Amino acid sequence: MTVSDIAVSSAGAQARRSLEAASPRYGEKAIRAFLFLCAVLSVATTTAIVLSLLLPSISFFEEVSIVEFLTGTRWAPAFADAHFGVLPIVVGSLVIVVVGLLVAVPVGLASAIYLSEYAPRRVRRVVKPSLEMLAGIPTVAIGLFAALYLTPTLQDALPFLPWEGRFSSAVAGVAVGLLIVPLIASVSDDAMRSVPQGLREGAHALGASKLRVSLRVVFPAAISGIVASIVLAMSRAIGETMVVLMAAGAGTRDLTFNPWGSIQTVTAYIGSTATGDIATGTIQYDSIFAAGAVLFVLTFAVNMVAIRLVRRYREVYE
Amino acid sequence: MAAPETTPGAARTQLAVAGARAATEGMFTASSRDRARGAVFLALLLFGLAIALTGLAAIFVWTLVRAWPRLDLDLITNGPSTLRPETAGFHTAILGSAYIIAGVIALIVPLGVGAAVYLEEYADNTRWWNRLIELNIQNLAAVPSIVFGILGLGFIVRGPISIGFVPAAASLTIALLVLPTVILAAREAIRAVPPSIREGALALGATPWQAISRQVLPAAAPGILTGVILAVSRAIGEAAPLLLVGAVTFATFDPSYFESGYTTLPTLVFNYATRPQEELRTLAAAGAILMLAFVLVMNSFAIWLRNRFEQRW
Repeated sequence: MTVSDIAVSSAGAQARRSLEAASPRYGEKAIRAFLFLCAVLSVATTTAIVLSLLLPSISFFEEVSIVEFLTGTRWAPAFADAHFGVLPIVVGSLVIVVVGLLVAVPVGLASAIYLSEYAPRRVRRVVKPSLEMLAGIPTVAIGLFAALYLTPTLQDALPFLPWEGRFSSAVAGVAVGLLIVPLIASVSDDAMRSVPQGLREGAHALGASKLRVSLRVVFPAAISGIVASIVLAMSRAIGETMVVLMAAGAGTRDLTFNPWGSIQTVTAYIGSTATGDIATGTIQYDSIFAAGAVLFVLTFAVNMVAIRLVRRYREVYE
Repeated sequence: MAAPETTPGAARTQLAVAGARAATEGMFTASSRDRARGAVFLALLLFGLAIALTGLAAIFVWTLVRAWPRLDLDLITNGPSTLRPETAGFHTAILGSAYIIAGVIALIVPLGVGAAVYLEEYADNTRWWNRLIELNIQNLAAVPSIVFGILGLGFIVRGPISIGFVPAAASLTIALLVLPTVILAAREAIRAVPPSIREGALALGATPWQAISRQVLPAAAPGILTGVILAVSRAIGEAAPLLLVGAVTFATFDPSYFESGYTTLPTLVFNYATRPQEELRTLAAAGAILMLAFVLVMNSFAIWLRNRFEQRW
């Protein structure tokens, strides 16, 4: 073995001893860059959403004053005598949300408390997945059910109510409530089950009845998760389009709280207007985007509250 | 206890024990009123659950009964028609939906898994941009679907991408819509793989990507697949964004991926449902049954997959 051979092999050994990679590993870096781009795509999506809402909205507000938009009580962009007050459709969305929550909160929470505190394991193993499965029912199917079955049936069953025509915002709200029940039940159930078992055992050891343990110990301990589930359901109800479009119609232009007749929501306006062939650049086309911006701001605010609450509740129990 | 002790300390102890006993007895033996209250409460809970389950079951039962006369082969072999509603079907709509879903799957699998791997394996959570990405994904998951329709209309159909009212635009729009749910599910699945698996691979000399692609991803695959299936079953039922990206045409011819003029199952169901003819409404119910069947099969498969491959480390 020559001296130079030894020098080479010892240099190799020294290089090996370092913990650095032997090669620059460009492939690894390229993969990492690609994965980063995948993650950044979500930020790009949000940016694109904001831009696609903002740019047409700017040209919309060049023609319509913001004050009229926010305070006007008549929404009729397609008429010769056009009005652009957004309040009627915002109130329409709120009516749907309120009716939906009136149905979904008691039903959803009762299901959640039963599943988490009372249900035998075998019942739970069947009911929980079926609830989750029902959460995946296409909204068109629910809208069809509400428009063709629920409305006529309720109108026959309760003829003394002042129904107006074949659309009813109350029925649409009930259908939306049915839609968000699985969401509330499932998320609240998770929140209550993550309450440490020791709290329950402690309360039972002090002699508390099951009712007290559920309502006074577990429920308050899980309250942030429960509220978060309700807030998430609220944002889902605000954004629901098909059920509202099919069961509440999209006809009303004036401010109304009437639950027995047709009502127009922000989503239904967007859905019904965009289906027609409207030319780009018209004020009616731009009004879709202005309404979309209102919807985005509404749900964004609600979502931020929900994310905050979920985060706080996670900090407590992990 | 009967021993005659007269020291004040012992008397106090006796008193305390008696008091404690009385208190515990009062607590442990539930009064009949307590028991009645508990029973009423349980009845209320069961009533709530019953409302939820019957309400949701009613949707299935009613749709099936309503659709029954039209559950025949014409439903999948014939195209839409308002002139002959008794033999019209969903042929072109099924094809349109299938094209769109194929595009959605091709997009969400690499993009969703990629983003999830980055966030779980590479991202340093102390950096603000990584936290921004995370917050942003959570927020996107709750943006209403119709807002994605507006994005599709303003950004993909027209605007910067401008590919027109074609199925490809619908694929892109729906993919962006369900991507956050895929990312969240894939992250859960990756997080469930214990760190020792990665560390073992790295200690044996694997590069980070080798450890991820050959150890972590295969172990997380069932969870990821479950998330993808749930996303697809959601994608098939989404109608609202499709209304804005052109799936409203009453298309009687087979769609083409990059040409305009297509229709989909949910939008055609919506279209039929809003028409006054009884036959068309029955047809709408039949279309809804097609969608419900698809969603049920997909979701059952996802749940089965989750239970079958749930790995305990």
